[in-house]
This record gives sequence, C-alpha cells and structure tokens, in this order.
Amino acid sequence: MATPLKPVDIVIVGGGFTGLTMAKELCTRTNLSVLVLERGRLRTAMEYASSMDHIDYSARFRMMQNIADETIAHRHAMRDRSVPVRQYGSFLPGTGVGGAGEHWAGHAYRFTPEFFRLRSHLGERFGAARLPAGLAVQDWGVTYDELESHYWRAEQTLGVGGKAGNLRGQIVDGGDPFEGPRQQEYPLPPCKSSYFSSLFADATRQLGFHPSVTPSALLSEAYTNPDGIVRPACLYCGYCSGFGCMVGAKAQPSNTILPVLQDRPGFELRTMSWVRRVLHKSGRVTGVHYSDEEGNDFFQPSAIVVLASWTLNNVRLLLLSKIGTPYDAASGKGTLGSNLTHQVQSGTRVFFDKPLNAFMGGGAVGTRISDFDGDRSLTGDEGVLRLGSIHAASQGDRPIDTFGIVPSGTVSANWGSEWKAAAVDWYDRTAVISFIGEHLAWLQNFMDLDPTYTDKVGDPLLRFTLDWTEHEHRQREIGDERARMIARAMGAVPDDTRPSRGRYDVSRYQTTHIQGGAIMADSPDNGVVNRYLQHWDVPDLWVLGASAFPQNPSHNPTLTALALTTWAADALIERYLKSPGRSVA
Amino acid sequence: MRRREFLTISAGAIGATTLLILARESGALERQGDDVVVPLRFLTAKEARVVSAACERIFPRDASGPGATDAGVIIYIDRQLAGPYGRDKYRYTKPPFVTSVPEHGYQAKENPRQMYRAGIRDLGNFDELAVDEQIRKLKEIETSSFFQLLRRHTIEGMFCDPMHGGNADLVGWALIGYPGPQWSYRDDIDRHFGQAWRPKATTVEQLMGHVPPLMEDESE
Repeated sequence: MATPLKPVDIVIVGGGFTGLTMAKELCTRTNLSVLVLERGRLRTAMEYASSMDHIDYSARFRMMQNIADETIAHRHAMRDRSVPVRQYGSFLPGTGVGGAGEHWAGHAYRFTPEFFRLRSHLGERFGAARLPAGLAVQDWGVTYDELESHYWRAEQTLGVGGKAGNLRGQIVDGGDPFEGPRQQEYPLPPCKSSYFSSLFADATRQLGFHPSVTPSALLSEAYTNPDGIVRPACLYCGYCSGFGCMVGAKAQPSNTILPVLQDRPGFELRTMSWVRRVLHKSGRVTGVHYSDEEGNDFFQPSAIVVLASWTLNNVRLLLLSKIGTPYDAASGKGTLGSNLTHQVQSGTRVFFDKPLNAFMGGGAVGTRISDFDGDRSLTGDEGVLRLGSIHAASQGDRPIDTFGIVPSGTVSANWGSEWKAAAVDWYDRTAVISFIGEHLAWLQNFMDLDPTYTDKVGDPLLRFTLDWTEHEHRQREIGDERARMIARAMGAVPDDTRPSRGRYDVSRYQTTHIQGGAIMADSPDNGVVNRYLQHWDVPDLWVLGASAFPQNPSHNPTLTALALTTWAADALIERYLKSPGRSVA
Repeated sequence: MRRREFLTISAGAIGATTLLILARESGALERQGDDVVVPLRFLTAKEARVVSAACERIFPRDASGPGATDAGVIIYIDRQLAGPYGRDKYRYTKPPFVTSVPEHGYQAKENPRQMYRAGIRDLGNFDELAVDEQIRKLKEIETSSFFQLLRRHTIEGMFCDPMHGGNADLVGWALIGYPGPQWSYRDDIDRHFGQAWRPKATTVEQLMGHVPPLMEDESE
C-alpha cells in the first residue's frame, strides 16, 4: 500500500541536467512548489576531489547506475531472443544528483540548422524517391532559429568556451564555418590545445579543411555565469570523462544549477526515490508512485509531472505507466519506443614517433573538423546519406586503458616479454582519431518492455531491438578513410585494423548518446510529445531530454537537451500555466 | 569464518610502499627473516602462488623492467576478489542465464571469484612448473574468459593507484613515466610538444592526505 504524501504543484522525475534546469526555471519564475525525485544520492565536492582513481571510477563504474538493480535487454532483430546487458559496455547511464551530467565529458555543441529538418533536407538534397525504405528520419517540429536564444542561455549558464565560425551569417576564421549562425560569440575563449590536437589542427589546415577547437563546458577561464555562480578554470588533470570535477571547472548540474535552487522556498530535492509509475486518470496525471531505499511505497500527488530521467528511463516509465501507444515495428503503428538511435562511431588507431604526453587533457579538450559532417562532402554515389565529424580528442590517457596497445601484427601474443617490451616502447606514442557520425533512425530499431527480465523491484526491463545497417558500416568505412588521410598528414602511421562490420555490440563503449523513444513531432501520429515536449495525449505531462530526438545528429546531445528544456519551460510557464490542461501546440 | 591464509613474499621483491600498504591490513604484517607474510582476504596461499606465477608470466620482470610480482599484483587481485566486485554486487545477475552471441558480452552465471577458483583448478601446480612450461600452459588457455580476466587484472594491478594494493613503490608508473593523479597541468598541456615530459608521480593519498573509502573495502 503506497503512503499518500502532501500534494505538490510539479513533480520532476530525475535530478540531472534537464530536470534541475526545469526546476530552476520554475522556481525562479513562479511560486509553484517543485519536487525533484532522484533515485541516487547527493555527492559531495570532497568525494570528487578524491576520485582521481581509475579503478573505482573507470574500471568499476562508481559514478554509474548500479547495473545489478536495473539494466536493459537487447536483441539485434525481432526474430532474436533478447538477453540482458549484464555489465556496462556500449553506454554509461549516470545516477545520483546531476545524473550523467556529473560524469560527462563537457562537449557543448549546437546542432546545425539542417538537423532539425532532416527529412525535408534529405528530400531536397537527394530526392525523396531516392531515400531508402525503412528510413524513419523525421523533422523535429522545432527549428534552429527558434532554439538559437536557448542555446545561448545554455552556453552562458555552463560557461562554454569556443570560437564562433558563423557570427550572424559572417564566416569567421578559426571557428567552425559550417555551424549555424550564432548571434553572439561564445561566452569564453576556447580551451587550450594539447600536442596531439595541435598536430591534428596543423595537418587538417594544410589539407584545406577547417579545424576548430571543440566547444567545451570545461571552463577555459574563471567564470561567473548570469546566475552569479563562480567557477574556476580547467586544470586539464585528465580525470574528467567518467569522473566528477574536483574543482568544479566542468559544468555539472551539482555545481552550476543546484546552487541556484538550493535555497528557493518552493524547491525540494528528494534523493533515493525510485519512481515506478506516472499515475493518471482520464487523460490527466494525478502524481507518481515511488519507492524509497527501504522499499517503502509512496504516492506523491502532483498537478504536473515532468519526466527528466534520461532517455531510457523516460521511455520505460511511459511504457510501464501505459501512457501513449507503444510502437509496433511489424505494422509501423504507434509512436512510443520508436526511433531508437545511438551513435555511429569509429576510432582509427594511429602511432607516432614522438611522445604525446597524453596523460594531460580533459573530456572536451580537442580539435575537430566538420568538413565531412552532414552530407556536404557527398555526391550521392557513396552509399550513404550522412557522415559525421572527425575529432582529435585529448581526454587524458591513463595506462590501465592504453598500456599494451601496439601496432597490429608486431607481436605474437598480447602478454609476455615480447609484448611487454613493445608496449613500453609504444606507450604514449599512440592516439585515436575519432569519427563521430550521425545515426539515422530506421523502422526496425526501437524500444519496448522485455518479456523476461526485470529490475530489482520486479518491473520489466526496457528492451532494445537495435542493429547496424549497411548505411552505418559505410559511414564508418568512409570516416576511417578520411581519418587515415589526416593521420598520414600528421606524420603518424595509421594501424592496419579497419572498422568492424560486426553487429551492434553492447560490450564495447560507443558513446552515452542514446536518443529517441519519446520523440517530438508536429503531429500525434508521428511522435509522443509536441514541439514543446508536452505529451500529445496527457497535457500535464512533459518529457525532457534526448528521448525527444527523432534521430542522432553526429554532435553530442547535452547542449541541445538543455536548450530544449528552457524552450519547453517557456511554453510551460508562459502559456500552459495560464490555461492548464490544454495542449500548447 | 574461514581460516586466515597468508602469502609469503620475498622481501627483496617488494619495497617500502608495499610494506606501508600491508601495514594497514587487519591482521599483523609479519616479517620472517627475508620474507614478508601477507594476510590474504580471499585466496588461499596455494591459490595466491598459482595466480601470482601466472601474472608474472603475463607481465614478467625482464630486461624492459619490473613485473607483476614486483608490483604486488596478487595483492590487488586478492582484494578485488574479496570485495563487492568479486561477488558481482555490481553486475546484473538475474536469471535466466543463456548462451548468446559474443556481442552480448559475458553472460555466464559465474562471478569473478568462481571464475578464478575454476581457472586456478585448471592451472594445477602451475607455480611449480619451469618458466617455459608455464608459458606453454598459458598459451593453451589464452582465449578463455579466465585468462582474459587475469590479463586485465594484471594490467590493473600494475598501473592502479597503490592504495588498491598493486603498483607497489609506483613501479608500474615509473616503468612508463605515468605521473599518477596531479592537481594541475594547466601550465603544461600546451608545452613540451614532441618531448617526453615526466613530472614526479603522486598518489591519491599524497594529494588528499588520506586514503578515501575504496570499493573493495565495502562490507558484504
């Protein structure tokens, strides 16, 4: 029996970047009572200071959700049997206050204008008749121009450093000339460049490409944001992606959003609260059902519910709560769970004749080119519709990950004296040039509930039906060819290994960019939420985050998830609250 | 409560830092002549000798530098197996367990403790074999899940922060010039281009003034 609690105006499920950002908008602009339910705990700054430890944090995933409590099941195709992901691999869901925003790398990209109208764009570019059957790509229903000021808000809040390449339509040297037009220069200058990323910048410039320093939420200089939050500059310690920042230079919900909220009278953060269902009646929410650490059940009444619990849990909660129409891949009917995308990524291993001092770095420290991003370099005969960008990242190498990597074919075993000598010799003379490609949505890739496996409280796991298609294999092969060309121009030797043509592999890290399942669209026939992230069927339910992305743009999702959150907050506060219970679309 | 097991290591093979690490163990550290007696948390003494010998073949002390025994890799592995990792506290272990494609990763029921126990059994009197016989024996199992795990743990034990029991005297980090955790490279990341820059290594304990709570020390 669930214990009923005192009603609140708004419950936000999930205390990560999007949930706390929505809470901040609500608590600073209204007098509503806002309760954030977070399943993990609040970490202290002292914990982060002592977390520069590869074993507990990188090898044993101390920042991540306990996979023993909940995981996903996966199958490659509908005819296959699903099995659970038993240990972390292809992506890393965060937990605790701040969510994955605590351990992220800090890449703070905007998406380009065409991303938001990709279906229309591809039709214009290649002809609608030439688009392959099974392509589920859609327009978002919101445009870059509508989001531009929200991107700017997010960049100021986080303190993003970078160099504009397109300032109000003028192409600017040193920035990314292929980005959408920015109304403002970045709040801060770019981060410093490592040796590796400098070599990449020089080589790509000589090849006629357009390198620019990766836009980064690791502060390039000490910074005070518009909320008055003061944070110090990045120290490039290399314990960044997968770790919380020891000094608060990396923008995290805990150091950038939460301090604004903490003392607000209407705000409450309740940790160790595992939300199991959104409760609803006659098309309106009544609140949520959650369990605490000891397994006690509570009913938290609320007039509005905001789901902000990352892509996977947003979709799973909607499925478990029976809100919306689950996607049926056989008939193509239904929307909930459709358009599951991950990332098309490949790493080209390269070797140098000089040491790189690669232990220095930070999550978003690096240089990239967008010359092959989107379809700007394609003729239409390559067998792909979209490619991606190419990066030289200096995240800070640690030997447990990188010791033992030697040019393929040079040793007879990966252990023993011969291997050890080669590994010592090549240590710190190897790096990866990364291709980060778009993952297009396909009709056969989707999420639903698993029929067999359950979480710690007995609820069904979310199930992925996901595999690579020929399109993704071709993207990787072309990306790898471009990376090899750049490597040679850098004076490096690319390794002989080529991108795998294997099936989707849950055991190998790709990125933590899982998108879709509750996508936004201009009609309830095509998506779960409207262009303001309000649920089409239940108007007092809002669903934030990358679950709304109809497909994966090559760039990292966080800044767009934040821009969409303040876009949704404006609609909720300025329009929905004036006539509750109605669609704002 | 199991009988307390100890591993005897020649004191010449381990240095001052290791002694300090070991001194924190519950159960007194004993010095017997030239040997140091290490209290084990999970493995038996015989098992520890077998695993230690196998780690030394994976990462041998040789002309290119110190190896797994010098770094105390066995102490790292014993602690990991004794802790929550060893009993799969942080792995999804709900049934049914089914055999699946390699892209689904390790799917079996056995936890690391059980994998080690079975793997050690198969290695028999490995610690008593001649080096070339040991190498031949490992070649026979080098594609097995157990060997892959042992190899990964050996590298972890070579290059972990010494608070976890391996990388004694920072021999692993010294071998490759890794400086461990440092507060700041802000003045160095955009310098030293093309030159090896190898600052003096520090540890978490040196930076923080104490050892933070470690996962392997979590109680059952």
